[in-house]
Amino acid sequence: MRILVVEDDPVLSDGLKVGLGLYGATLDIVASCADGHAALAADDFDALVLDLMLPDGSGLELLAALRARGDRTPVLLLTALDDVADRIRGLDAGADDYLGKPFDLEELAARVRAISRRQEGRASPQASYNGVTLNPARLTVTVNGTDIGLSRREFAVLAALMNRPGTVLSKGDLEAKLYGWQEEVESNTVEVHVHKLRVKIGRTKIETLRGIGYRMRPVAS
Amino acid sequence: MSSLKGRLFLILVAATGLIWLAATCWIYVGTTREVESVLDARLQEAARMVLSLASAKGVGNIPKDGDTGEAPELLNYERQLSCQIWSLDGRLVARSSGAPNERLSDNGAGFSDRRINGETWRVFTAEDTGKGVRVLVGDRVGLRDHFVAEIIKGVLAPLALTVPLLGFLIWASLNRGLRPLRVLAEELSRRNADDMSPVETGRMPDEIRPVIGSLNALFNRVEDALRHERAITAFAAHELRTPLAGLRTQAQIAMAARDEPTRTTALRQILVGVDRTTRLVRQLLAIAKLDSAPEALPAHQISIGGVIQEVVDALPAPDRAVPVTIDSALTDTMVTANREFLLLAVRNLHENAARHMPQPGAIRWSMQQESGSLAVYVDDDGPGIPEDEIALVTKRFYRGRNKSALGSGLGLSIADLALRASGARLVLRNRSDATGLRAEILWKMA
Repeated sequence: MRILVVEDDPVLSDGLKVGLGLYGATLDIVASCADGHAALAADDFDALVLDLMLPDGSGLELLAALRARGDRTPVLLLTALDDVADRIRGLDAGADDYLGKPFDLEELAARVRAISRRQEGRASPQASYNGVTLNPARLTVTVNGTDIGLSRREFAVLAALMNRPGTVLSKGDLEAKLYGWQEEVESNTVEVHVHKLRVKIGRTKIETLRGIGYRMRPVAS
Repeated sequence: MSSLKGRLFLILVAATGLIWLAATCWIYVGTTREVESVLDARLQEAARMVLSLASAKGVGNIPKDGDTGEAPELLNYERQLSCQIWSLDGRLVARSSGAPNERLSDNGAGFSDRRINGETWRVFTAEDTGKGVRVLVGDRVGLRDHFVAEIIKGVLAPLALTVPLLGFLIWASLNRGLRPLRVLAEELSRRNADDMSPVETGRMPDEIRPVIGSLNALFNRVEDALRHERAITAFAAHELRTPLAGLRTQAQIAMAARDEPTRTTALRQILVGVDRTTRLVRQLLAIAKLDSAPEALPAHQISIGGVIQEVVDALPAPDRAVPVTIDSALTDTMVTANREFLLLAVRNLHENAARHMPQPGAIRWSMQQESGSLAVYVDDDGPGIPEDEIALVTKRFYRGRNKSALGSGLGLSIADLALRASGARLVLRNRSDATGLRAEILWKMA
């Protein structure tokens, strides 16, 4: 899961990067509204964690601009302004959830998972398809009831494919889910992860569409 | 008297009463004069009439003495006049019934007053030396006073009846006239403590409008002050809760981390966060202290160079690495200021310069003294402040585009407040000779 965090406090944003990383997310961090706009224009994110009081304006303006151009990225407001009135204003401006500072890291991770899975049209915390069940909260995968141990990257690739089973994801799409901007993308890494996944969950579960990308193999075929 | 209505009522009633009293006095005096002149004319005419009929031989009719003792009834208008006819040699020739035996007047012809048997008489005497008689016609002054009293009574009686009516009318008019005030008072008393919406002036009379105008202006000012305070509180909450959130997150990472490097990094981040929060709290306390500072602070003669040196010596480790030069003239320059506040201002300006300093760079303290003013400069080699932000950076929690990682957005605003309290001014401008900021402490000598 790829998350954009707009937060100007260096200690907190470092904490979010490492902390949400522990829960299997890939984070990109920007510290101003302007950088937030640029990041959202350049990349797709599964969720946006947004501070309200930013040095160059209010996060609400960023949110309003985002919604105005039809961007449906789930947004969680993370701010010290957590009066009821502030929460209402934030949610009415198009936010999906609201969390006041200071917060619990696990709760933040859970809320981010919740808003992004609703975005995918799923209410169930687990994603199941063709015998594969993925639990994002516990970072566990079972195939036909058997637990499978996956690395963080392998889990991220499988989670991306399971989000909308049947949809084809290109190699670039999967790389974007795996790596933040600062991270070096190793060549062939997606192929390597897909290969390892096939070994662990079964050869036929993931289908390669040559020159296009990967998808979960449809059940009927 | 605290009630406007009561006061107006008393004033109106007293004024009306006074006017009535004056009118009554006027009527009294006028009536008395009129009655006197009419009755005098009557006396005169009666005396002449009797004189033309009388002779010294008399008309007889001297009543017996028994009749004279009975005082005539005042209201008996038939007996208002008494007449005596005397011969010129002093003999009572005749008298009317009811007239006293005693001679009504000893004077010669004309009017005179006389007291007989405890009653004052007004008498007119007419003489006819040819006939040898003197006719005296008199009436009782008491009777005249009675006429006047009757007339005044006639005037006063209806007035006395209308007094309560008038009082009621005044009271009712006052009630009606002062209603807008009562309406205003009720509206104000119904308000919530935080309701700062303007009061409607629509149906209010012109006299109350200025009051409402001033009131609304006051509401505006109070609301502005409240909004400002709320904004400051919200900022302070944000500025404190954000580093706390950072600390909590890093602590959770340190607990959850399975590998040593992650844990160590998290713990180091916690240290950085604690340092930053400590500084922020110190700055907030400084602001609170400046806000509650009394108008007049104890001031002493202080060497500016001494203050700067003291600040430089006490700098925290990372800021101490930046080279500093202090103009030697500063050491000999004394200003009258509050030591604590001047230290606060100098420390925050110096820290601000140090925080924005690239490596390598230096902070230079210098000064310029002119007649009437003293300017102390601190120059840095940092990025300066964008021109459109210069007016904003002294606002609390304002952090411009060129912010430092450790900044709280309070330093320059503390320096500004502390200098104002010390009778100086903070002027910020970008250096003209190179990139960097020149902060100027300006004293105007009166």
